[in-house]
Amino acid sequence: MNHSIAVRERSRATLLKRFFSIKAVSRIAAFLPPAALVFATAILFAEALPAIKYNGLGFLTHTQWRPGNFYVNPVTTNGVTHPVGALYGALPLILGTLESSVLALVIAVPVSIGAALIIVEKLPDHLSQTVGLFLEVLAGIPSVIFGLWGTLTLGPMLARDVFPLISQIVPNIAFFKFFKGNTGHGEGLLTSGIVLAIMVIPIIASTSRDLLRQVPRLTKEGGAALGFTDWETNRWISLPWIRTGLIGASVLGLARALGETMAVAMTSGAVLGANPSNAFLPMTTIAATIVSQLDSALTDATGLATRTLAEGALLLTLIALATNIAARLLVRRVSSTALPVGRGI
Amino acid sequence: MAQTTLDPLNTNLLGGTSARRKSTAAIIWVLASLSLVAIVGPAIWIIGSVFGKMMKGWHWSVLTEVGAGLGGGLLNEIIGTLMIVAGVAIIAGSMGILSGFFLSEYGDGLLGGVLRTASEVLAGVPSIVLGYVGYVALVVHFHWGYSLGAGILVLTVMVVPYIAKTTEISLKQVPIAYREGAEALGMKNSQILRRIVLKTALPGITTGMIIATAIAVGETAPLLYTAGYSQSLPALSFTHHPVGYLTYAVWNFYNQPSVTAQQLSFDAAGILIIAIILLIVLSRVIVAMTQKHSEFR
Repeated sequence: MNHSIAVRERSRATLLKRFFSIKAVSRIAAFLPPAALVFATAILFAEALPAIKYNGLGFLTHTQWRPGNFYVNPVTTNGVTHPVGALYGALPLILGTLESSVLALVIAVPVSIGAALIIVEKLPDHLSQTVGLFLEVLAGIPSVIFGLWGTLTLGPMLARDVFPLISQIVPNIAFFKFFKGNTGHGEGLLTSGIVLAIMVIPIIASTSRDLLRQVPRLTKEGGAALGFTDWETNRWISLPWIRTGLIGASVLGLARALGETMAVAMTSGAVLGANPSNAFLPMTTIAATIVSQLDSALTDATGLATRTLAEGALLLTLIALATNIAARLLVRRVSSTALPVGRGI
Repeated sequence: MAQTTLDPLNTNLLGGTSARRKSTAAIIWVLASLSLVAIVGPAIWIIGSVFGKMMKGWHWSVLTEVGAGLGGGLLNEIIGTLMIVAGVAIIAGSMGILSGFFLSEYGDGLLGGVLRTASEVLAGVPSIVLGYVGYVALVVHFHWGYSLGAGILVLTVMVVPYIAKTTEISLKQVPIAYREGAEALGMKNSQILRRIVLKTALPGITTGMIIATAIAVGETAPLLYTAGYSQSLPALSFTHHPVGYLTYAVWNFYNQPSVTAQQLSFDAAGILIIAIILLIVLSRVIVAMTQKHSEFR
C-alpha cells in the first residue's frame, strides 16, 4: 500500500518532466521570491550602512529622535556627513512596536480560541459558515480602514467611556500604574493594541478552527467515555492536541501585528520619539515612523534621515522575520495544511 | 502529542463536584460565545460606521469626476486602483502561477525546499519595508519617479508568494489518476497540462488570484512612496507618471479640516469595502461551484 503510494507520488512528479520549455520558464518565475528577498535585503543594508555607522549601538538604547539642524552646514563624523546635532534613538519605537503587538496578542488569543471552540463544538453548520464569512470580511478590510475607524470612531469612544473606567478600576501598584493617570484623547497604545487585536483575530481564529476540526473524533470520544464534560474534553484533550499549532498561529498573528503600518500610524498618534507615561497616551512604532516621516526625512540634504529610516526598516524586518520563521516552523511541525494563506481570505 | 498526565478519577484536577464541573463548563461556553461577539461586532461596527458616513454626504458625481484640491470626485483614484490591480493580476498572476507550478511539479528536491522557504520568508517581510525598498530602488535609483510601474512591481513582490502557495496546493490536489489516465490516452504534455491539470486546479488558482486582488486593492503602505499620488486621470505610462488610488484618498483626506475632503475619505473607504465584499462573495461562489462537482470533499 505504502509502496504503491510512493510510486504514484513519483509518477506525478515525473509525468511532466520532459516538458522542458514549461519547466525552464516556470523555474525562472520560481526564482523571483529569493531574488526579491536578496535584492531587498541588499538595498536596505546598503542604504542603512552610513546610518548604522553614525547612530551606532545608541540607536537601540537612546530615547530621542532628533534629525538635527537642516539649516546650518552639515558636519562629518566617522566619515558620515550629517546635520549638526542629529541624534537618533529608536528605543521608544522598538518598545512601541513590541508593546502594541503583544497587547494585541493578549486580547486576540483568548478571543480566537474561544471563538474557534464554539464554532467547532457548538454552532450548527450554517451558523459556523456565517461566522466564517465575518472572519473573512475582517481579514479582508484594508488596514487603512481599520485606522480610519480606530481614530474617528473607536478611539474617541474609548477615551470618553472606557479609559476613565479602566483607570479607576485597576489597582495603583507596580505594573498596573501603566493604566493610570491622564486618559488622553483616544490615540495611543491601548487603542492601537485593540485595533491590531481585531486585525489579527481572523488569522488566529481561522487557524485554530481548522486545527480543532482535525482532532480525531475517537480521541475526543475517549474523553466523553471518562465522564468529561464537553469543556473538559476540549481543555484536556483537544487543546493540548493542537497546542503547537496554536502557538504557531499566535506567533504568525504577532508577526502581522509587528509589521502593521497604516492602522497603527492612524490610531497611535504616531508622535515622534514619543515615550508615553501610560497606555492611553500617543506613542509610535517603527512602521508608523517610516510611513509618517519619509516625507520630511527627504528634506535632510545629507540623506542621514532617510538612511536612518532604512536602518529602522532593517531592524523591523529582522524582528518580523524572526517571528515569522519561528511561527512557520512551529505550524509546519504539526500540519502542512494549517498554514493560513494570505491575510485569511 | 498530549503530554498532560491526567488521572480522571482525581476530581480535584477537574474542579471538584459534578455540579461544580458542569457550571464551570457552562460559564466557559458563555465566555466563548462572547468571543463571537468580538468578531461579528467590530465587523458590523466598522462597515456600518463607514457606510453611515459615506451615505450622509453621498453624491453620484464622486464616481464621475476627478479630484480637485480638497473636493471633486474619486474617478482618478478608482481608475488608478483598477490599473494597479490589472497590472498586479497580469504580472504577479503569471509569475505566481508559474512559480507555484514549478514548486508543485518539480519542487520535490532540495531546490524546491529552498525556493518554498524563500517564498514564505518574503511573505513575512512587512509591506512598508517593501515599499521603502521600492522607493529607494525603483523611484530613486532607476529614475522611474513615482509611477504605476513602481507601485505594481512592489505589490507583485508582495503577492507572488500567496499566488504561488495556492497554485502549488491546488495543483498537488489534482488526482494522480487524472494524469495517468490522460497519459494512457496518449495525450501530449501540453494537452495534459492545459486540459487536465490546469483545468482541474483552476478553482484553487482563481481563489489565490482573488486573495492577491484583495491585497492589491487594499494596500496603502507599499504604494505611498512608489505610486505616489495624482489628481488627474492616470496616464497610460509605466514610469514617470504618479497615479492616485482609493486607499490614498482614505489616508490623505480623513484628517483634513475641509468637510468635502473628509467626505471623499469616507466615500473611498465605502467603495473599498464594497469591492472587498464582492471579492469574498466571488471566492465563495467559486468554492461552492467546485464542491458541487467534486467527487472529493
